[in-house]
Amino acid sequence: MAESRIQNYSVNFGPQHPAAHGVLRLVLEMDGEVVDRADPHVGLLHRGTEKLIEHKTYLQALPYFDRLDYVAPMNQEHAFALAAERLLGAEVPPRGKALRVLWCEIGRLLNHILNLTTFALDVGAMTPMLWGFEEREKMMSFYERVSGARMHANYFRVGGVARDMPDGLAEDIERFVEEFPKFIDDLEGLLTDNRIFKQRTVDIGVVSPEEALDWGFSGSNLRASGWAWDLRRAQPYDGYEQYDFDIPVGRNGDCYDRYLVRIHEMRQSLRIMKQVLQNLPSGPVRVEDNKVTPPPRAEMKTSMEALIHHFKLFTEGVHVPAGEVYAPVEAPKGEFGVYLVSDGSNRPYRCKIRAPGFAHLQALDFMSQGHMLADVVANIGSLDIVFGEIDR
Amino acid sequence: MNQALADLGDYIGTVLMDTVTESRVAHDELTVVAARDAVPQVLSTLRDDVNLYFRVLIDLCGVDYPGREPRFDVVYHLLSLKHNQRIRVVTRTDAHTPVPTVTHLYSAATWFERECWDMYGVLFADNPDLRRMLSDYGFEGHPLRKDFPLSGHTQVRYDETQKRVVYEPVNLTQEYRDFDFLSPWEAMTAMPGDTVLSGRDDSAEGEA
Repeated sequence: MAESRIQNYSVNFGPQHPAAHGVLRLVLEMDGEVVDRADPHVGLLHRGTEKLIEHKTYLQALPYFDRLDYVAPMNQEHAFALAAERLLGAEVPPRGKALRVLWCEIGRLLNHILNLTTFALDVGAMTPMLWGFEEREKMMSFYERVSGARMHANYFRVGGVARDMPDGLAEDIERFVEEFPKFIDDLEGLLTDNRIFKQRTVDIGVVSPEEALDWGFSGSNLRASGWAWDLRRAQPYDGYEQYDFDIPVGRNGDCYDRYLVRIHEMRQSLRIMKQVLQNLPSGPVRVEDNKVTPPPRAEMKTSMEALIHHFKLFTEGVHVPAGEVYAPVEAPKGEFGVYLVSDGSNRPYRCKIRAPGFAHLQALDFMSQGHMLADVVANIGSLDIVFGEIDR
Repeated sequence: MNQALADLGDYIGTVLMDTVTESRVAHDELTVVAARDAVPQVLSTLRDDVNLYFRVLIDLCGVDYPGREPRFDVVYHLLSLKHNQRIRVVTRTDAHTPVPTVTHLYSAATWFERECWDMYGVLFADNPDLRRMLSDYGFEGHPLRKDFPLSGHTQVRYDETQKRVVYEPVNLTQEYRDFDFLSPWEAMTAMPGDTVLSGRDDSAEGEA
C-alpha cells in the first residue's frame, strides 16, 4: 500500500465553546492531534470602553470598569480611582483605604474561585464548580449589601468609596472569613492530589522565568514561573504595606503550579481580610473635599453651597488637572493598569486600560505548541482568561 | 522616591545621549521622550543595561492629538523587577510614518502593536503579524482616533430573508447628545457686568 501523507488541518475552537472561557475564537493548526500553531482571534466582545470613557465624566467612567473583568469588578475600579486621585492629589482617609483593601481581597477570592473551579471543570472535575459557586454567591450577597448590586458594584469612587458598610456586614464577613478555609480544604481534597487532575496539569504549558518576563506576564502566572513579585508588596498602594501576608511562588511554571499559587493566594487573602477587619479604622470613607466628592444629603437640605456642589458634581463633574499617570494594581489576574491622560477638563482625554489577560492570552501560542488539543484547554483554564478585559 | 527617579533619568540621559531628547518626573513617574527611529535602540538599552534592566513590556498604546504635528504619541510602559522601577517611553509619529517594531526585544509587543495599529492606524515597521486586533473582520477606520465618531459608521442586524447578518449605515432614531457640561461662565474671562462695575468704581474713586 502506498504511503499516504497526512496534511495539517485547521480546527476552529470557539467562539461558542464553553472551555474557551468566553468568546475566544481560536484557530488551531493541527498536525494529527498535536498543535502546530494556535492563533487566538479576540475582539468579539469589544465594546469600545476606552472610546466611551473619553466621552464621559470621571464619575460616569467608573461603571465601565466593572464590566471589564466582571469576575472581580471592584479591583478594576480601584485602578481608575487611584489614577484619578493621583492626578487630583487627593488622599483617601484611612477607613476608605481599609475598605478598599477589604473589597479587593473579596474580589480576589471571587476571581480565584471562579477560575480554579472552571479550570477543574475543563479538565474533567465537575464538583468543585458546584461547591465554588455556592461560596461565590455568599460573597456576591456581601457585594449587594454594600453597593446594591451583586456584580457590577460601582462602589469605589475617586476619593474613596461610595458609602460606608451597613451595620452587621463586617461581622458577617468576619464569620465568612472563619468558615472559608474549610472550603479551600475541601477543594484541595478534590484536586491537589487527584491523579487525573495532576495528569492533566503537571508539565503542561511550562513557562520559564525568562519567558514569563518576555511575554509580559504578571500576577499569579508570573509568580507560578518563579518570580516573587507582587505589586501589593513591591509598590504598595492604599496601605497594603501595613498588612502581613506571604507571596506564594511556583517552581515549574506549569498549569499545576498556577493552580497551587492561586490556592495559596486565597489563604493569604483571608489573612489580609482578617487583619483589615480587626483594625478597621473609624472615620470618613472618602475625601471630605466637596470639589471631589458630594456632600452628605442632610447637609444639602440646609446649605446652599452643598446643594451647588452636588449639582455641579453630578452634571459637570470633577475637573482633573492636566497630566498623565499610570496606576497599576495587583488585580486577581495580574497587573491591571490604567494609563490616564487628562487635559484639565472634566473628561479623561485618554484612558488606556492595561489588561493582564491580554498579555497572557498572547502567550497561548507558544505555550500550546507541541501539546495535544486537550492541553490547550488546560492552558486556557490555567491562564485565567476573561474576555471582558481582553476585548475591552 | 523622586530623587531616585531623577537620578535614573539623568543616568538614562547620559547612556542614551543622542536618542533621548527629554526626561521628566511627574507624579512620581519617569517619562523619557525618544526619537522615533531610535525606539528599538532605546528599549534594548533599557532592557539590557545592568543598572536599568527593564525586562517587562507592561503596555504599549497610542494617544491621538489631532491638532498637533505629528499627531500620534506612542507610549511604552516598562517595568524592572530587579530595581522595582517603572519608566514611560514616549515617541511621536504621524499616520504615514511607521515606528520601528520592538517585537524582537519583547515578544509581548506583537499584540500591543497590533492593537495600536487597529485603534489608531499607527504603522509598525517589520512587525511580523500586523493584522487588526480588536475590531470586526473587514472593519474600516481606526476607532480611537479623535475624529472617529462615537457611534461609528455601520450597524449590524440579522436579516431574516437573507438569513445572515447584514451591515448598514448607522441610523440613530434619536441623535446622540453629547452634553457639554462645561460652565459657559468659566469660558468667559471678562463678564459684561465686570466692566460696568469696575468703570463705576473708578469714577466713584475719582469723585472722592
